[in-house]
Amino acid sequence: MSEPLLRANRLAHYFDVSPPWLNRVLEGKPRISLKAVDDVSFTIDKGRTFALVGESGCGKSTVARLVVRLYRPTRGTIEFEGRDIASLKARRDLLPYRRRVQMIFQDPYASLNPRWRVADIIAEPIRAFGLLGAGRTVADTVAELLTQVGLSPDDGARYPHEFSGGQRQRISIARALASKPDFLVCDEPTSALDVSVQAQILNLMKDLQRALGLTYLFISHDLAVVHHMADQVGVMYLGRLCEVASAEAIFTRARHPYTRLLLDTLPDLTMSGKERVPVAGEVPSPINPPPGCGFHPRCPFANARCRGERPELMQVDDATVACHGVEEGRLPQGISFPALADVQGAAG
Amino acid sequence: MAAPLLQVRDLHVEFPTRRGTLVAVDGVSLHIDPGEILGVVGESGAGKSMTGAAIIGLLEAPGRIAGGEIILDGRRIDDLPYEEKRRLRGKMIGAIFQDPLTSLNPLYTVERQLVETIRTHLDVTPAEARERALSLLKEVGIPAAEERIGHYPHQFSGGMRQRVVIALALCANPRLIIADEPTTALDVSIQAQIMALLKRLCREHRTAVMLVTHDMGVIAETADRVAVMYAGRLVEVGPVRDVVKRPLHPYTAGLMNSIPVLGRKVEYLSQIDGAMPRLHQIPEGCAYHPRCPQAMDLCRARRPEMMVKGPSSVACWLHQEEAAVV
Repeated sequence: MSEPLLRANRLAHYFDVSPPWLNRVLEGKPRISLKAVDDVSFTIDKGRTFALVGESGCGKSTVARLVVRLYRPTRGTIEFEGRDIASLKARRDLLPYRRRVQMIFQDPYASLNPRWRVADIIAEPIRAFGLLGAGRTVADTVAELLTQVGLSPDDGARYPHEFSGGQRQRISIARALASKPDFLVCDEPTSALDVSVQAQILNLMKDLQRALGLTYLFISHDLAVVHHMADQVGVMYLGRLCEVASAEAIFTRARHPYTRLLLDTLPDLTMSGKERVPVAGEVPSPINPPPGCGFHPRCPFANARCRGERPELMQVDDATVACHGVEEGRLPQGISFPALADVQGAAG
Repeated sequence: MAAPLLQVRDLHVEFPTRRGTLVAVDGVSLHIDPGEILGVVGESGAGKSMTGAAIIGLLEAPGRIAGGEIILDGRRIDDLPYEEKRRLRGKMIGAIFQDPLTSLNPLYTVERQLVETIRTHLDVTPAEARERALSLLKEVGIPAAEERIGHYPHQFSGGMRQRVVIALALCANPRLIIADEPTTALDVSIQAQIMALLKRLCREHRTAVMLVTHDMGVIAETADRVAVMYAGRLVEVGPVRDVVKRPLHPYTAGLMNSIPVLGRKVEYLSQIDGAMPRLHQIPEGCAYHPRCPQAMDLCRARRPEMMVKGPSSVACWLHQEEAAVV
């Protein structure tokens, strides 16, 4: 059993979306906070991949930014090798952590400086952290990194615009690897890429994980990609985790109705003739989330308790699930959403 | 057999640039039958959106149709003067684009945009137009349509906005809708809603759809036939089942295999090495040969034409023996 590298405990991040001060004073408008992430706890083991999935606005990118400390959490702790880094304030205190945790962003067009040559982009972390080994030049190290991600050492002399999306994402990965990190936070790393290129990048990330013993926090909205990459999966809805389990458990016996919904709305490539039954409703606004379980307005199994009382994550067999229905054992087992839709039809 | 609603023959779209002429669409021929959903799939830069834009007459300058013809309902439309083309858009061909926020005017209410479109194409009074706008909004599943019709686009969510765009495309009961990545900006659960809606409406109105997307999953469950494009050229056309299950072209096969699928856990995804060539560097012969694991000398020398094979056609020399060249 491998030891946990990162442990997030009751992590929360609120954004202040209040009207300007003057409006609050003159019009008596209240302060409003958006709970982007609320009470999120998870553990990532060394050398493994933990994936966060969810629809837009569910807070998964905010978690990524909290973990790399681009944001300071409103509440909660982030333990990295047992040491809390959420409370660190000074830039200097964070520096060792910053070197060991790097991020790969979604859009390789926006995350590389267009005015810098690729070699300079990749060399920046080496210079910033003073990582050059004795008797080595920056150029050697950069050439090595470029080769490692499947580019040619000559590519260092070129500018980002000369590369395709997939190649740019390789450059982002080389830059992330330049500081010799242990932990990579990947925020939708392949969402901007075409599928054939996506396969290249995902394969590269798996190779690097194996070769360098990297740990990944992998954020994606694409369940098929998560299925391919992850060891552990956390499903988020409206800023909260609703189910955390091994990838195998999520994809074979999803428990939370929202996880089942996500699985059932995936387009069916195997053409089994199964029609996707779209589930009505949309994700509510996180500024004004529904009381009780955030998913209850779309859930066919919601009852009075779901509408009033917020479910906490609790252990159910090999998963942790936040659902009153699962806890009470009143959800039908192992059925998918087409059947849920029948329930909905019968109830309505 | 009924005559096809849309017939595209040997379409060429070119972009003159300082570095020479880029051929964005190179000899594409396809047809769409009335009420049929044709999926057009390919990676970014494959020319799928350009083909759609050429058909609806919305190519952005300096892009231009350099050859071929487009026939809609028995009438040639690619050489029409601007004004006639404008009248055709909306009336005969509707359009749905990727980003519903940019295809709606943020300064006008939904009502005004719908009524304006209806009155442009149909001879109706303002009251009748409003009535029709309201029934369209109800048809596309907007709750409390009477109230929502007076709202501005920013007051709608992404999924609801795309429903408004679909209503807008249906205003004049067009025979053909060009849907360019209609669900790419939406979440999966909303995507399922929108695709089901589009499919149902087109069946009810007998509207044909050209569904342009990079998402093979959306194509697999929506389209009747699929056209696969690569580097501006058509590489394979056939019934969706055949193309997805038994792809003929090595590119289609590679594309299908590189998609991660639930329930097919593999350690590594099969990948197509390299990238699609840029438009000014398209190789001789078959454009796919540098990435093709089965490339032969013939592939490097001569460009394959579309060959009929069973229910599909494919542009690949591997199928030369058994196939009859069209």
